[in-house]
Amino acid sequence: MSGAPLWTTVAVMGPLVAGIVALAGGRRALQSGLVLGSASSLAAAWGLAHTIMDEGVVRHLLGGWGRPLGIELYVDGLAAVMISVTAVVGSVVSWYSSAYFGDVADLRESPAARGARFFAPLWLFLWSAMNGIYVSGDMFNLYVMMEVLGLSAAAIVTLAVTRKATLAGMRYLFISLAGSMLFLLGVALLYAEYGTLSLEELAAMNPGGATAGWALSAMTVGLLAKTALFPLHSWLPPAHAGAPAPGSAILSALVVKASFYVIVRLWMHVFGYGLPAAEAEGALLILGTLGGIAIIWGSLLALRQVSLKRLIAYSTVAQIGYLFVMFPLLAELAPGADPDAWNLNAWNGGIYHLIAHALAKAAMFLAAGSMTYAVADDAIESISGVAHRLPMSFLAFGLGGLSLAGIPPSAGYVSKWLLLNAALESGQWFWAGLIALGGLLTLAYVLMVGRYAVQIRHSPEPFRTVPRRMEWAAITLAVLTVALGLRAVEPLALLSIGGARPWP
Amino acid sequence: MTPLTLYALAGAGIFVLGLVGTLGRGHLFWKVLGVNFMGSGAFLILMAASPRLPGGEADPVPQAMVLTGIVVAVSATALALGMALRVAVRTGRPYLSEDLPTKTPEPVEESDVESSPDRPPKDRAGGEESTAH
Amino acid sequence: MPLLTGFAEWETLPLLVVLSSFAPGVVIMFLREDQRGLRTTLNMIGATLKLLLVGLMLTGVAAGIEYRWAMTVLPGLELVLIGDALALLFVTLSAVLWMVTTIYAIGYLEGSPNRTRFFGFFSLCVTATTGVAMAGDLFTFVIFYEALTWTTYPLVVHRGSEAAIRAGRLYLIYTLTAGALLIVGAVGLYASAGTLEFVAGGAIDPQLVHENPGRYLIIFFLLLGGVGVKAALFPVHGWLPVAMVAPAPVSALLHAVAVVKAGAFGVIRLLHSVFGIELATEMGVAAVVAAGAAFTIVYGSLRALTQDDLKRRLAFSTVSQLSYITLGAALLLPLAHIGGLVHLVHQGLMKITLFFCAGILAETISVKRVSEMGGVGRRLPLTMIAFTVAALGMIGLPPIAGFVSKWHLGLGGIESGAEWIIPVLLASSLLNAAYFLPILRTAWFDPQNAEWNAAERESWLEADWRLLWPALITAGIALGSGLFANTAWSPLGWTRLIVYGGGL
Repeated sequence: MSGAPLWTTVAVMGPLVAGIVALAGGRRALQSGLVLGSASSLAAAWGLAHTIMDEGVVRHLLGGWGRPLGIELYVDGLAAVMISVTAVVGSVVSWYSSAYFGDVADLRESPAARGARFFAPLWLFLWSAMNGIYVSGDMFNLYVMMEVLGLSAAAIVTLAVTRKATLAGMRYLFISLAGSMLFLLGVALLYAEYGTLSLEELAAMNPGGATAGWALSAMTVGLLAKTALFPLHSWLPPAHAGAPAPGSAILSALVVKASFYVIVRLWMHVFGYGLPAAEAEGALLILGTLGGIAIIWGSLLALRQVSLKRLIAYSTVAQIGYLFVMFPLLAELAPGADPDAWNLNAWNGGIYHLIAHALAKAAMFLAAGSMTYAVADDAIESISGVAHRLPMSFLAFGLGGLSLAGIPPSAGYVSKWLLLNAALESGQWFWAGLIALGGLLTLAYVLMVGRYAVQIRHSPEPFRTVPRRMEWAAITLAVLTVALGLRAVEPLALLSIGGARPWP
Repeated sequence: MTPLTLYALAGAGIFVLGLVGTLGRGHLFWKVLGVNFMGSGAFLILMAASPRLPGGEADPVPQAMVLTGIVVAVSATALALGMALRVAVRTGRPYLSEDLPTKTPEPVEESDVESSPDRPPKDRAGGEESTAH
Repeated sequence: MPLLTGFAEWETLPLLVVLSSFAPGVVIMFLREDQRGLRTTLNMIGATLKLLLVGLMLTGVAAGIEYRWAMTVLPGLELVLIGDALALLFVTLSAVLWMVTTIYAIGYLEGSPNRTRFFGFFSLCVTATTGVAMAGDLFTFVIFYEALTWTTYPLVVHRGSEAAIRAGRLYLIYTLTAGALLIVGAVGLYASAGTLEFVAGGAIDPQLVHENPGRYLIIFFLLLGGVGVKAALFPVHGWLPVAMVAPAPVSALLHAVAVVKAGAFGVIRLLHSVFGIELATEMGVAAVVAAGAAFTIVYGSLRALTQDDLKRRLAFSTVSQLSYITLGAALLLPLAHIGGLVHLVHQGLMKITLFFCAGILAETISVKRVSEMGGVGRRLPLTMIAFTVAALGMIGLPPIAGFVSKWHLGLGGIESGAEWIIPVLLASSLLNAAYFLPILRTAWFDPQNAEWNAAERESWLEADWRLLWPALITAGIALGSGLFANTAWSPLGWTRLIVYGGGL
């Protein structure tokens, strides 16, 4: 086994083995689990990116078992981008978490130590599941991996020992399970109709009829609930705000993207061509409209929050909206473009926004975690003056927020530029206005936090010293968002492998 | 109507029943049960509507999927029951807060923090929040 | 000088000019408050290095070299820094004034808190200005233009008072909304015309505009809204007088170089390098800009008349004077362009002198209002000589720099067939006289009317040398630019090189 099959196996098995190691408990086991998981994911991301850059899309049947019984692996540019983003963000969050949960000398003593004891293994299983989703080439495998993802994600929320976090985790679990069941229903219907589980084989059949429509609807609703698109978003803020800070970062930055990734695969790659054009465009328009409402609604609610982490969580609701604004733009083409293609600017912009949001939101949650750790309180008011005590964390929060708002130079700017370009080259000023307005609203809530944090007259008391590692982790991600705003060529080149339309 | 169609329709019915139970019922046990109903409905459809192989034998793939699905469902149920138990212990009632008939829903902007300043800092090591048993 | 010429041909010079203030800025941010010596050294090294590099580029450009440094950000879009004659006009101004303002700021802020933050952002602000000056296309321009907003904001709110925070908020509301318009306009232009490159004489194919005039009108006004706010064009000038709460060196830099000049320079780029003045005239938009500028000239002067706060009076004077630049750029023929461009430099020199002097008055004898200025000329003779030179220059008295600008503007107006400009200029000069001459009379001839000790002096110098020398130097340059206007290396000479060399 060499090259691509090796790296796909490492991507999934690395974090899984690391999680089992971490399950042994004890400081050394936790630390080595996190190191092993990060190292194997980064190596796999690097290896996969290089392999598919050199050799193109990777297809592999695990253990040589044929379709439809065997597990089919498929890695194209999109999958490699997702794995890379997960590896980078995940590694930094792991680094942060090792300081955040502090010295876990006696793991059984306090209820809070439960977080320290179980965060690492749960997170590593989650990581394995995400990578599993990205390399999956068949639908049933996607379902299994999404279940692993959902279970470990819900468990991470309840690691925080507040009553609210417990309730939020419970609700998240039910939403996640119900979503998976809807997805499974779709899988069943599709297998009944087409007799295959492989995404690629299914795409080749141009699924279009009534059964395919029902299946796609069920799967999409389930996935939308997991992705927390308006109006199915209400579970997200309590869950993401309730989790411990590294957990919040993972859930907001990465986990919602996994189900979004499946939506993209289904809509763009499997069903994009078989459905009647008018119905497909109507459905894409509905997705985009919901995304647009999410941008406005999420931002307005973010402005009304008094808790810092809830504000960031509502910001996630809003930013998820941008991901869906991509869909109606995909179908709109510049005059004279190939009518069979998707709008490339919309595609690049949407996925780049996913990358930008992953980095920026993780930076913001980690920085917010440092700030609330220092003042032992989560209210926005209580962080007043923190910018003077924790300038690096504040800078990380600010850079992340400005990137989300699309202020150059940042990854968020590049993605908004591309989305705007897609909207304007087909003359859709409405979407352009919406994208710009969303940016201004984002600025409003980021600045609201900034206003408290920079206040001079208040000195936060009591003030707990924040480990340097936590500050550095947040700023690393923030600097990366800026760097990706100055250099988008390589990520987009990687994304283009397999193309926006891999299976004609 | 062939028996298989009947199976499939029954599966769909059970699925919808489960969905309604999961979303509509307040008690956490009903919700756990509802999710299991949804799973069973999907499995039934999978078994019933799967294509026959030439020669009339059953296709083994759906069976493999259902077996895997059952394993997944068992783990999910175990976790859900465990968490439901914790909710019941921590809040005194096996309901999600907004389903409590006697309480008004929490306002959106209510602070999520329940920290008590008198606790020793070590107890807050697990997060920025403290316990509220 | 073969060695020097060798350096002058160096391609990366534009990048180095930008980095020469960026690097010290970033390092300073990480210094401790008490590392005063190191901070000052870094500042001076950066400023000196920038002057040297700009000097090298000046010799290079005079010898006919066109500098261009580019890095691909997105496929088809580059971060381009160019060093042509026009860019260097602005870069030289900012490099020289950065040097003197840094010296002034070191003296002015002696002993006050948060100087690390101040000087860090001060350097970054100059970096952004340099980037705006050397941007080779609209994409790069937008990046630095937005960066300028964010690096200036901490300087505006530096004092942290209620008034400062309020001014900062107003500043952000204006500039960020403008930024959103600018970005949408830039993307619209890219999506429509397919290019963002700055080309002397206009980059847009007139044919495209003829085919779709409405679309290009929208784009033009979006872009104008973006740059007009920082250029303080009526009615979006409101932030400028309020931003007066900033410390004197910030006001000085803000009004002379950084923010407002970036806006004015943006108008020049928009009219000349993007649309081209012929096309803009044909579309009728140049006339709109000219009319807006003419109105702003008179309006700003009228408002200045009634201000008692010295810095506020100077601020409204800036609103008025900036529009000379815009007006010159919006007329059709070269003489007016010379007038507008040369005023970019002349106004900078004179206005920074005025603000330096206002700062000395406030710092040394706590005089902040015009009504308190009775007899200050006897206590601070050198300061008031510098002030007088600059004020007379603003009125347009020969042989000071301002006369040269107004002379060319007037001639250019007649040449371009816009004779209405003459009464505007006359009215403005009369109004300038009406609000500057009373100050001079009060300062030189009235008896002392405020609480300050006429005899109190610490040394033979009337004020801290670090405050006094910068004012005298800039006043001297302003006088020299007028006296020696006809030599090749004067601002006028360089402007002629730009306009007649086809650089506009």
